[in-house]
Formats: sequence, structure tokens, C-alpha cells
Amino acid sequence: MDSLLGSNPTLASNPAYSFSKAPYNSAADNKEHAFYPYTDNGGSTLGITGEDFCIIAGDTRSTSGYSINTRYSPKVFRIGGDDETGEGAHIILSVVGFAADGTALKERLNAIVKMYKYQHGKKISVKACAQRLATILYGKRFFPYYVTAILGGLDEDGKGALYSYDPVGSYEREQCRAAGAAASLIMPFLDNQVNYKNQYLPGTGEGHDLEPRQALPLPRHDVEQLVRDAFTSATERHIEVGDGLQMLVMTKNGIEELYHPLKRD
Amino acid sequence: MSSPFAINGGACVAMVGKDCVAIACDLRLGLQSLTVSNNFPKIFSYGDVYLGLTGLATDVSTVSDLFRFKVNMYRLREERQISPQTMANLVSTSLYEKRFGPYFVSPVIAGINHTTGKPFICGFDSIGCIDFAKDFIVSGTASDQLFGTCEGLWEPDLEPDDLFETISQALLNAVDRDALSGWGAHVYIIEKDKVTKRLLKGRQD
Amino acid sequence: MPGFDFSNYNRNAALHAQGVPLPKATSTGTTIVGCIFDGGVVIAADTRATSGPIVADKNCEKLHYIAPRIWCAGAGTAADTEFTTAIISSNLELHALSTGRTPRVVTCMTMLKQHLFRYQGHIGAYLVVAGVDPTGVGLYTVHAHGSTDKLPYVTMGSGSLAAMSVFETQWKQGMTREEAVKLTSDAIQAGIFNDLGSGSNVDVCVITAEKAQLMRNYIKPNEREVKQRDYKFKRGTTAWLKEKVITREEISKYVTVHELSSEDDVVVVEKMDIDV
Repeated sequence: MDSLLGSNPTLASNPAYSFSKAPYNSAADNKEHAFYPYTDNGGSTLGITGEDFCIIAGDTRSTSGYSINTRYSPKVFRIGGDDETGEGAHIILSVVGFAADGTALKERLNAIVKMYKYQHGKKISVKACAQRLATILYGKRFFPYYVTAILGGLDEDGKGALYSYDPVGSYEREQCRAAGAAASLIMPFLDNQVNYKNQYLPGTGEGHDLEPRQALPLPRHDVEQLVRDAFTSATERHIEVGDGLQMLVMTKNGIEELYHPLKRD
Repeated sequence: MSSPFAINGGACVAMVGKDCVAIACDLRLGLQSLTVSNNFPKIFSYGDVYLGLTGLATDVSTVSDLFRFKVNMYRLREERQISPQTMANLVSTSLYEKRFGPYFVSPVIAGINHTTGKPFICGFDSIGCIDFAKDFIVSGTASDQLFGTCEGLWEPDLEPDDLFETISQALLNAVDRDALSGWGAHVYIIEKDKVTKRLLKGRQD
Repeated sequence: MPGFDFSNYNRNAALHAQGVPLPKATSTGTTIVGCIFDGGVVIAADTRATSGPIVADKNCEKLHYIAPRIWCAGAGTAADTEFTTAIISSNLELHALSTGRTPRVVTCMTMLKQHLFRYQGHIGAYLVVAGVDPTGVGLYTVHAHGSTDKLPYVTMGSGSLAAMSVFETQWKQGMTREEAVKLTSDAIQAGIFNDLGSGSNVDVCVITAEKAQLMRNYIKPNEREVKQRDYKFKRGTTAWLKEKVITREEISKYVTVHELSSEDDVVVVEKMDIDV
């Protein structure tokens, strides 16, 4: 019996308690107080590029624990545009993770992109903005912005550009990326449907001889459909995803915003 | 030290189609990040019923042998094959018996009931709670990824040939995003009087 | 009483002592409620089962049968609610057989609390027990540690506060059956939409002196919209290296299976003859 109790510190030290939250060692009166600067506000984001456009989408639910803070808090923002309308922006940014850090990061990048325009008399390139964002994130290497960011726009050749980041600024240009709570659900679906991973051309051989299906840049309509299906799927299986889907579509004509309702349970 | 469910890695998925069911698993056996074997199937057949087991490899072997024993005893006593539904209850009660010292496994059952002719799949947690699903069941270290691919790719009433493509693509793309699963896969397509087993070509990294 | 097998306990305890975390069981985050009305009682539940932040089952059954006129709603560890209600149902049936009387709700509640108290909260079942017996209407809550409550309206689970807010604003004495069904399903919907641990559909069970009526998926407010795209693959998309086809005739070479012949006298394997 001793060995049974011995493995359970709660029972061993204080048999009067059986609650899992009973103090581990009530003899020591030292109480640990701590400040936790981060919370997880859930949600998910996703970005896909095409030949001449870039789409970044995110659900609009903000959570803490089992509660919903709000059903409409955008995670995708226009960067470098008018403060009220976002008019004239040429870069889009999504942030998911700790919402307060996300807002702070968005504000800071927005200010930097504007200052660049005032100082140099031209808009910052997406490539330069991407590098600058990495610098901002790494600048807080030991007290990071607790967010996964995705930056999008059009590159110097007018092609869709997408950059994804980790919380301390490691970044990479990619075709598509999912981030946030449901990233692990959405990413393999995207691998399969955007880059045609594990797909082969029927009738081109047998077993090892089959030819892989080559990935081509998808048209905008198809990408919008894929994004919507990815989010309805994530809503079904992840409790922190839902309420609404916000999509920013960047083309040479500017940024278009789309909204579709998602399930609210 | 990591969770016992994530030491050896592995993934398993089952799906319902039109008058058919499918069950598939990966072939990896690992020790944390080190791959030990690329030929460790996680699906076991008990007559008409197929059982997929992911989790701690030692328990996968123990539990598969335990059910071989239990199902054989059932056959001897009843002089008939076990049905998927009966198997589900047998698995459930056997796991709950060990409520306070569980096997670290997440079982999945697939089969066709030969009295009703209806397809049947279900899944369990490690203490025997049954998840009856009409569409698909996932388990293993790639379960999050599998939920994503299955929820995106699955549709009702797939013919056996189409179900094979859907379950294979769901599994392969899911395990490619999980470091602890992969290294090839087995897929069983179960029809009323025919079972097709295929070895898939998958990434070997 | 269940014979738990502790043969793996020491192994798992040794693993746990080395820092291995305990297994994650499917839990029913859950909103469950109960409410009495004139002539009966109604209980209701949502249908979501979760494993961490992932939805494991979108349409599970949290309303459990105990006796013909006693039903139970369960929250907490899913396996525990399933098996605890099953064992008490079984023992209550034996009790009814030996006494020759219809089982009472208090008896059921007492058996549940004694069972759960013995396991000191380690069996994580949180239950709402409801029923009608010769003494009248009964509605109780039973917590995993063995404490119980007897109230005219009750809620439990992670969505209990959302559901209780509906009861506290709308409940009134002496409701009709229709009013009570509306109120409980509204309370469940409050849980479904405001608590992340609850979701999908509403199950309701109405119990009166005459009968118990289970209304599975009474409200389905969360059907998935049709997908934008078709994801059926072209046949031959997946590369495979080996194939083996096993037909039933081949199996019969080694095992002979005799199908039952007469059409009108087919034995349904899943049901015992005494089941109606």
C-alpha cells in the first residue's frame, strides 16, 4: 500500500485531501506568486499566393479558455494605408496567438511602413517589409511577441508574395501556410490541394514509375473556395475556430475584403 | 519525458464508404526521433473485423494478442465469427477494466456486419469510451492532421475504388506533417465478400 | 461492482514518477441540464465530445438509460459516465427484480453516490439523474466525489453557467411539459453557443409517469454547410506498390462459415431475445 500512496504525492503528504488541486506540500508555507504575461486567444490564419494575387484569411473568434471574448475580432490587417479605411495599403499582415501582442505588432509595423514612405517618398517593397518584420520580432528575442505572423503582398514582378514567421523572427517565402490553433489540421490539407503532394498522374505507370502531379499556381476563384473549405473543416474539429471568416485578397487593383459566417458553436 | 502515446509514433484512420469500409495505418516504429523499423503494421484482423492500434508499441503488441485470445475464445464458445459491434463492446469493456492502469493505446475498429450487411467503424480512447462515427475515425500522433485531411477530403457514399484514393490521400498527407508517423502505409478496403490490402508508396523520411 | 484490474498500475505509476504525463481521456466538456414540470421531469444535453481542443465526436449520446422511467445525463470523463450509469442500471434492474417494485430515483441516486464516493473522485462522472417513480418526480445532481443535490432545475458541465443563466431568468413554478422542453433546450443552446466545450445538437428526454421519451437530436442548429469544392480524386492518383485481394471463398477454404438459412427466423446478433 505504501508504494501505491508513495507514487501519489497528494495522498502521501496529506491523506485528508483527495482533490487533484490539493496543495502538494502544505507544510511549506511558501506560496509562489507569478505574473503570466501571455494568454492564448486561439483562432487560425492561412495564406495562399497565386500568379498575380495573394490571399490571407483568418477566423474572427477570440477565445480565452472555454469562453468566447468576441465573435468578431479581425486577425488580418492592411499595413501602410489610411488609419480609418486602410485605403492605399499595399501589404497585408495576419497575426495569431496572443491578441494583445498581435495588435501591438501590427501597429508597430504599420507605423514603420508609413515612416518609410514619408522618409523615402516611395512605398516599401514587400521583400524589405518582410525583412523589417523579422528584425522587429528578433528585437524582442528574450520577451517575444507571442504571435505567428504571415505577411503578404505583391513582389517587384507583380507576383503574389507570402512570408511566414515564427514568434522570434525566423521567416521564409512560401506558396501557402496555415498558422494558429488549427494549423496542424489545415496544413496537410493545403499540401494536398495546393501543392498536390502525394498525388500522381493516373495511367503514367505503376508503383515507382508513376509521374507526380505537378503543382501549378491556382486561379483566384479556386483558392477562395479552398480557403473557405479549409476553415469550415477546421471549425468542425477545433473548438477555438469559428464565428466568421475574414479574407483579404490583394491584387494589382488593391485589397478586397470578404467575409463569410462560420458556425458559432 | 514525453507522453507514452508519442514515444513510438504511428497513425491510423478508418472511413465509411458505400457498402464498404476502409482502414489504414502507417508503418513506422520509432523511439522518440529515432526510427527503429519501417515495417510495423498497426492493423490486425480478427475474422471479419479489423482492429487498428496506435500508441505505445509494447501495448499495441500486448493488446493485439489479448484480443486474438479473446476473439478465439468467443469463436469457440459461440461457434461463429465476432461481429464488429460485439468486438467494439469487447474492446470497450476490456479497456475500462484497466481504468486505473490503462494500456496506452487508441484503438480503431472497421468491418462489415454480416447479418445486417451494414458498414461499421468506431474508435476508442485509452479507457474504452466508444466514439461511434458515421464518417471517419482517426488515431495516433498524427490525429490532428488526420482530422484536418479527413474533414476536408471525405464525402458520403464513396465507391470502394474512390474510398481507397480518399483514405490513402488523407493518411499520406497527414503523416507527412507528423515527424513521428509515416514510412509507408497499409490500406485495407473491406467489401461484403472481398478485402483488398495495398502497400502504399510513401515518403521514407 | 466493477472488478477493476490494477495489473498495469505499478508500471504506469513508475512511468508517471519519471515525469510521463497521464493519458488524455475523452471528456465531455458538456452542458447538461434538468428541470421538473407539472407531472414529470425533462433532462437535456449537447452532443460534443472533446479531447483537449479537438472535437472527438460531433454527435455523441450523453443521455443514458438507467431504468424504464429513470434517465441520466453525464458530464466529465466520457468512459466513466458510460460505465458508471451502465453498472448502476444493471444493479438497479437486479434490485427491481428482487424487490418486485419499480426502482426509485432516490435509490438510483444513492447507489451512484455510494459508488462514486468509494472511488474518492477518481471516477470522473458528473451526473444529472432524473425520473418518475411511485413517490413522484425526482431530479438530482451527483458529483464525482459523491455529493448530491435535489433541486427543481439543475445544470452541470463546462456550460453549466451559460445554461443556468437561462434557468435563472426564465424558470417559473408549475410549468407545462412544452414550456419545460423549450426552457431546457434553450439552456442547452446557451451552452452550445457560449461554451467552447459544448456544441452540435440538443438531445432531450422527457419522463412522465406513463413513459420516458428520448428525443435524440431534438434541435440540430449546427449542420455543416455544403463544401465549395468536390474533393473526389481521379482513380489511380495514389501510388501503391503491392496488392493482395482476399475473397470470402478463399477464406472458406480454411474456415467454414455456415450462414443461417431460414429468412423469417434470422437471429439478430446484436440483440438478445429478451430485448424488445
